[in-house]
Amino acid sequence: MNAADKKRLLREMLFARRFEERCYEAYVERKIGGFLHLYPGQEACVHGVMEAARPGHDYVITGYRDHVHAIKCGSDPKVVMAELFGKETGCSKGRGGSMHIFDVDKRFMGGYALVGGPFPLAAGMAKAIKLKGGDEIALCFLGDAANNQGVFHESLNMAAVWKLPVLYVTENNLYGIGTRIERSTAVLDQYKRACGYDIPSAQADGQDIDEVFKAAKKAVDHVRSGKGPYLLELMTYRYRGHSMSDSNAYREKEEEKEWGKRDPIIILRDRLIEAGEISEEDYRTMDKAIIDEIENEIIPFCEESPEPDVSELEKYVLAENDPYVKGGAQ
Amino acid sequence: MAELMYWEAIRRAHDEEMARDPLVIAMGEDIGVAGGTYKATSGLYDKYGEERVIDTPISEGGYTGLGIGASFIGVRPIIEIMSVNFAWLATDQIVNTAAKVRYMSGGQLEAPVVIRSPGGTAHQLGAQHSARMEKVFMGIAGLRVVTPSSPRQAYGLLKSAVRCNDPVFINEHELMYNMKDEVPDEEYFMPLEGSEVAREGADVTLFAYNISVHWSLQAAEELARHGINAEVIDLYALAPLDREGIKASVAKTHRAVIVEEAEAPVGVGSEVMAIINEECFFELDAPPLRVSAKNVPIPYNRTLEKASIPTAKDVVNAVLNMFGKG
Ligand SMILES: Cc1ncc(C[n+]2csc(CCOP(=O)(O)OP(=O)(O)O)c2C)c(N)n1
Ligand SMILES: [Mg+2]
Repeated sequence: MNAADKKRLLREMLFARRFEERCYEAYVERKIGGFLHLYPGQEACVHGVMEAARPGHDYVITGYRDHVHAIKCGSDPKVVMAELFGKETGCSKGRGGSMHIFDVDKRFMGGYALVGGPFPLAAGMAKAIKLKGGDEIALCFLGDAANNQGVFHESLNMAAVWKLPVLYVTENNLYGIGTRIERSTAVLDQYKRACGYDIPSAQADGQDIDEVFKAAKKAVDHVRSGKGPYLLELMTYRYRGHSMSDSNAYREKEEEKEWGKRDPIIILRDRLIEAGEISEEDYRTMDKAIIDEIENEIIPFCEESPEPDVSELEKYVLAENDPYVKGGAQ
Repeated sequence: MAELMYWEAIRRAHDEEMARDPLVIAMGEDIGVAGGTYKATSGLYDKYGEERVIDTPISEGGYTGLGIGASFIGVRPIIEIMSVNFAWLATDQIVNTAAKVRYMSGGQLEAPVVIRSPGGTAHQLGAQHSARMEKVFMGIAGLRVVTPSSPRQAYGLLKSAVRCNDPVFINEHELMYNMKDEVPDEEYFMPLEGSEVAREGADVTLFAYNISVHWSLQAAEELARHGINAEVIDLYALAPLDREGIKASVAKTHRAVIVEEAEAPVGVGSEVMAIINEECFFELDAPPLRVSAKNVPIPYNRTLEKASIPTAKDVVNAVLNMFGKG
């Protein structure tokens, strides 16, 4: 990554932070409903990994904490926010909501609400890539607690047996909602769990984008070169509750404070300032421009967008006019 | 027209579709080198190789999800679940992903997978190998459910299911793989919606599907000896059910008996009765009846097992009672 890349990444991560903070406000204003899971604190994870991969080309799948993953794959933040507002202009036409962001043109293959659900789907996409002979890889981003689902093991096993081009990324933020990892999980280092399937793996600091990128580069190169799956664990922390309905009361204030000192955006910002690449003033200008963009472009777009038409409630349940439903086009 | 066994018809549909499209694949436990528990994929491994005829680990949730993920980007997997009883482990992926992904993505993604699996009560296989699961899947929006009662249907439904862009669950039957019947020699696609008139009649309609079509046809022969001319409607498509077909037959015979191998609660029978109620209640000359399995985990003991599943005789008795001839 050169200095220009790092400056762009700083902007992208700061944008992600402000975007999510604005979601919080919109939720409080009741513009957004349902469950809302925000990403602040973990920005370096998806940004560092996707920087080493090819956004828009590689297939990406994740859980319900999915807004920033979609945007990093190339989704227009306006249509992501419009989805949260439940509007017809949303990426999933208001049918999905926060946990079901999809942007298939950008190969962002969705956010899924069932913890662990994407593990085998990612392996399946990797199988399809292999059959079709493409140079894409599949990337699956999930949390630490998801690794306790049976399909984690089933999917790692199949991916290893069939040497599938899939990179599993565990964003280990130490909690599954309110349960700290050692209370639910026998092996704390998630990367070690891959060895049961003879899958190479590594652990990296998920707060430092340079570290994430370095580790991800190795992982992505391994997977893309046809050597089979890889598991990358990123140590990170979420700065808010699990979702909007979570008071966060189960975490020690001391722990929150410590991780607060390792804010991925501040780490990168300070590094760039120290290297003389940007000034504090540049950063403030960047921040202001981002907030303006969100307030003046994204939010008005969402407010003004139409609601889905109730007459189309039953659209998208099944394929429309599929000839084989009637016995084919004989 | 050649006579094929049910398993041969399924195998032929696989073979034709795999020969046509390199992205059609087959996957499941023991389907490759071993040729499949019911031979439905025999010979395909040698012909198409291990990348396309995949012996999976015993991971129903995992490999079903894998097939669904592959279908997102152009692959057409035909997934065999060795027994419907094991499909419970795959319900999360079938219901939460395959059936919902088109909707929750606003039409961007689809999961054109075929999931085939034998259900039904066979030869004293006990409670955990005798499930009938069609009722579970037929209530799920976004999923098609079909259930062939003959080799012709087994072939034609699989052909259409592979090409259809929706996920399709094909409910086969353990006892029917060796059933022999005519299958057209030329390529044939069966509609995934609708019903078939298995026997024309005028006095009462027996609504049946899969193995219960055969009990109903037997029962109709017996009823003819009692002067009752029964119509048998084969509801080979369970989701969506053929409302028009149900209505048309009831409008003709004015009497309905639903014959199902599964337990009565929340099943095909209750659904067909509801449709009759909604569509053509005033056509009825008698309250509709259900002939269903007993509501028990299927017992091992041969006599008890037999007593839990309906027979043609039960159908005859139900109809005779309806006509006051019991
Ligand atoms: C199958 C399933 N079980 C339980 C839940 C409820 N749930 C939602 S998120 C979550 C915790 C997941 O934690 P982790 O995988 O570490 O991801 P994180 O939220 O920390 O990013 C739970 C229990 C669910 N959505 N799906
Ligand atoms: Mg977590």
